[in-house]
Amino acid sequence: MTDQGFVVLDDVTYAYPDADRPVLHGVRLEIAAGSITGVVGASGAGKTTLAKLISGFIPQVDGGDLTGTVSVGGRDLAELSLVEAVGQVGLVIQNPFNQISGAKYTVREEIAFGLENVGTPRAEMAKRVDDVARLLRITDLLDRSPYALSGGQMQLVAIASMLVLRTPVLVMDEPTSQLDPAGTRLVFDVLNTLEEAGLTVIVFEHKQELLQAYADRLLVLAGGRIVADGDPTTVLADDHTEEWGIGATRFTRAARIARDRGLLNGGVLPVSFEQAVETFGGPR
Amino acid sequence: MTAVRFDGVRFSYPGGVEALRGVSLAVAPGERVAIVGQNGAGKTTLVRHLNGIHQPTAGVVTVGDRPTTGRPIAELAALVGYVFQNPDEQIFASTVLADVEFGPRNLGVTGAEVTTRAVEALEQVGLAATAHTHPMHLSLSERKRVALAGVLAMCTDVVVLDEPTTGQDARGVELVAGVVESLAAAGRTVIAITHDMDVAAEHFERVVVMARGEVLADGPPAEVFGQDDVLAAAAVEAPQLMRLAGRLGWQRRPLTPEQFVDAWQAER
Repeated sequence: MTDQGFVVLDDVTYAYPDADRPVLHGVRLEIAAGSITGVVGASGAGKTTLAKLISGFIPQVDGGDLTGTVSVGGRDLAELSLVEAVGQVGLVIQNPFNQISGAKYTVREEIAFGLENVGTPRAEMAKRVDDVARLLRITDLLDRSPYALSGGQMQLVAIASMLVLRTPVLVMDEPTSQLDPAGTRLVFDVLNTLEEAGLTVIVFEHKQELLQAYADRLLVLAGGRIVADGDPTTVLADDHTEEWGIGATRFTRAARIARDRGLLNGGVLPVSFEQAVETFGGPR
Repeated sequence: MTAVRFDGVRFSYPGGVEALRGVSLAVAPGERVAIVGQNGAGKTTLVRHLNGIHQPTAGVVTVGDRPTTGRPIAELAALVGYVFQNPDEQIFASTVLADVEFGPRNLGVTGAEVTTRAVEALEQVGLAATAHTHPMHLSLSERKRVALAGVLAMCTDVVVLDEPTTGQDARGVELVAGVVESLAAAGRTVIAITHDMDVAAEHFERVVVMARGEVLADGPPAEVFGQDDVLAAAAVEAPQLMRLAGRLGWQRRPLTPEQFVDAWQAER
């Protein structure tokens, strides 16, 4: 873990307007620049709220009662204007159908919309849109209507519309929910490349194998608190995952059954396919 | 007897893209069918024929005992419940309960029966406690289950689910799987589009693989997911535990964690 966090949450407690109790309780967190951090948790654990906090939408848009601070690159998000906050952190929301602006006729214009809003010169804008489209392999969609896309294509467009802004931090709330396995890997491969170039990614995701493969670090949220934090394999193989409401991969579940039948000894259970090959294919 | 049937169905979108290129498929009452394939394979286009959103360019789609052609959408809606991929295309009322009540009410159900059905449906999807909440205060995964409840409350013979487990956490997947199983047990037909091969393997008795507007394979999961050439052609991966068994060189094709450990014991 780092001692100089780029994204820092200091004792954050938050309640939505008119809510009788907070959804997040005393969250302390430091996330290093140039890393991929995964966050898992059951529905209602506070994931979307945390995503909105790190991107400044809470409290700037949603209001509510916030104590503690959220800072990015040493700047308290509460002190920034919403425009400044948006310049620091891109947020890919859960439902791509709702991320589309509704104001544009082509995918090209849709992806450029954010850049247009901050007055990016036309030539620069065109180049950036082309670059990001190539990265996500959606060049052939650029002249289509944003409304004539499949769910998966729309999700790639929503991701492109945030990547194009080149914010230092990207928060993604289930960014691959509409994608097939190939599209899902494409998105995470792109994140991996951008991470090496210094992008800080915080991704809220249910797909545990994906997090095991790509995340540097994994956090578990339960009941508005961080209940586990560490290396993805260690966290996901933990025997408390059911209690945390996050379930387990089929490899971990099979290994638990084998252990309960006395067929496996202790040690860290497998989370991923390759780990399971070792567990179940190794010498016994 | 079939609940729905596709006979040589072709469909082209205006502008000429041929999304279905001769699909034939018959589904019996009470069957649980998972349709799998890449984005763009024609899965959603196919199921949208069942409630009359699309009419075939060629071939015949039969629901119940008659072709869909010329039948009013309202008539098909009473037979086929369709849960969209995006719940926000479906949800519009200001409370969860009112939203779920809309479906049966629209089918002509009246009085206390409407609320009874809606409450039961919400219990089935684990959302009884949210009945008086505004749907937009729920998470996306919960809104997906509200949309599912809305269709359950209509008590249609056929239920079509487009990506029902997407975005659901472990408990949500269990709830949706439970719904699929209880629908089938009640003799209702479930046709689901899914990218999750593990869900297809564990909770459906029949898997249809589609690619480029055609059906490449159709049968029980253990059989369909054993056809490596078909899976490669459709760019579909076998369920995780089956792939693992294959990598370990086993002959057995386990679909669930329990079956996997049984197979491991037998292979040792």
